[in-house]
Amino acid sequence: MTHQEALYSYCLRLGDNALIQSYRLSEWCSNAPLLEEDLALTNFALDMTGRAQALLTYAGQVDGSGRTDDELAYRRSERKFRNNLMLELPNGDFAFTIARLLLNATYEYYFFTELRKSADETLSAVAAKTLKEVKYHMTHATDWTLRLGDGTNESHRRMQAAIDALWMYTGEMFETDEADALLQDKNVAVDMAPVQASWKAYIENVLKEATLTMPADGYMQTGGRKGVHTEHLGHILSEMQYLQRAYPEATW
Amino acid sequence: MVRSTHTKEDIFRMLSVIPDPEIPVVSIYEMGMLRDVLIDEDGYNVVLTPTYSGCPAMGIIAQDIKMTLDANSVFPNKVSLVYHPAWTTDWMSDEAKQKMKNYGIAPPLHSSCNQDVFHHNIIECPRCHSENTVMLSRFGSTACKSMYQCNDCKEPFEYFKCH
Ligand SMILES: [Zn+2]
Repeated sequence: MTHQEALYSYCLRLGDNALIQSYRLSEWCSNAPLLEEDLALTNFALDMTGRAQALLTYAGQVDGSGRTDDELAYRRSERKFRNNLMLELPNGDFAFTIARLLLNATYEYYFFTELRKSADETLSAVAAKTLKEVKYHMTHATDWTLRLGDGTNESHRRMQAAIDALWMYTGEMFETDEADALLQDKNVAVDMAPVQASWKAYIENVLKEATLTMPADGYMQTGGRKGVHTEHLGHILSEMQYLQRAYPEATW
Repeated sequence: MVRSTHTKEDIFRMLSVIPDPEIPVVSIYEMGMLRDVLIDEDGYNVVLTPTYSGCPAMGIIAQDIKMTLDANSVFPNKVSLVYHPAWTTDWMSDEAKQKMKNYGIAPPLHSSCNQDVFHHNIIECPRCHSENTVMLSRFGSTACKSMYQCNDCKEPFEYFKCH
């Protein structure tokens, strides 16, 4: 694997995480339990679309193929997507969406805090921008986790069920592969061990305060890095890519 | 090749009148989005920085800049987006913050570069200046604003969040 291939794979992974998470959050548009949540979740989605744009544009430049952000988003099949499996799971109930947002936004907060120090100027700039936005995502998810976890019996039950169901998808966030190792040597990629430790400490605290139980680490799902996805990603893409597949080159 | 001659200052002057499409009382210059004008043999390059990653107004702003440059015969011209350094509400001029307040939007307190964003802040009502206000919604009509209500004059208002 060359440096160029590693960087392309790294950017694609970060870009796809932002894109797929954005897609799921935007599905709440007009469906959220409160108008305020409709606005919040779709605004998060907007932040993530912007981040995906920047990262996929850079991925296209890095690999030298000249592919644009749109081409990468709309012309790849699911085996070419590199996002974490957790992000493609259906939204479920509001508790599930909040639990996923908490787990992922906390991860992103610590991850982008480190990526800001990257030797790669573009990644460092995207990280600085993302960090400002992710703080709001994380605060919002934390507030709701406390409110639902330490709320009624029903909200507590749903929140716990969501955390339990998602736990096996959290291991993948901290996986590293050849691309990570290669880029870490050049101070481009993030060392995941301290990110994982900070993530765990924060989540443990929030869950405790929310009177929720942190699940024990058991079997962890994996596959996103290799393009092996759940059955849900194909359904996302069939809808997301429909227009470009049916009318190639269509523009605004 | 540059066919006409305009200085950097000329261009800043032309562009400083372009309003922010979402808060039309302040200009893109006062918002701190207009970063630089690079002039070389390839022409004029206006450097713009987005406020938010996914800000839908950026396309409109870039278009407004191009139209203004075209109308003033500034050729050839282009607009480039830079992400570094990341835009912060600290770049908003005091004048812009005052205009925003007069318009009914509470201006940002500080930048979000530090940890203050995690804490609860007291936001002053832009209408009656009361500090007895409450957040209604973390997001409002745009990603950059929250919704608040004043407990004294009872008016709802928007707050431009720290970024
Ligand atoms: Zn008031």
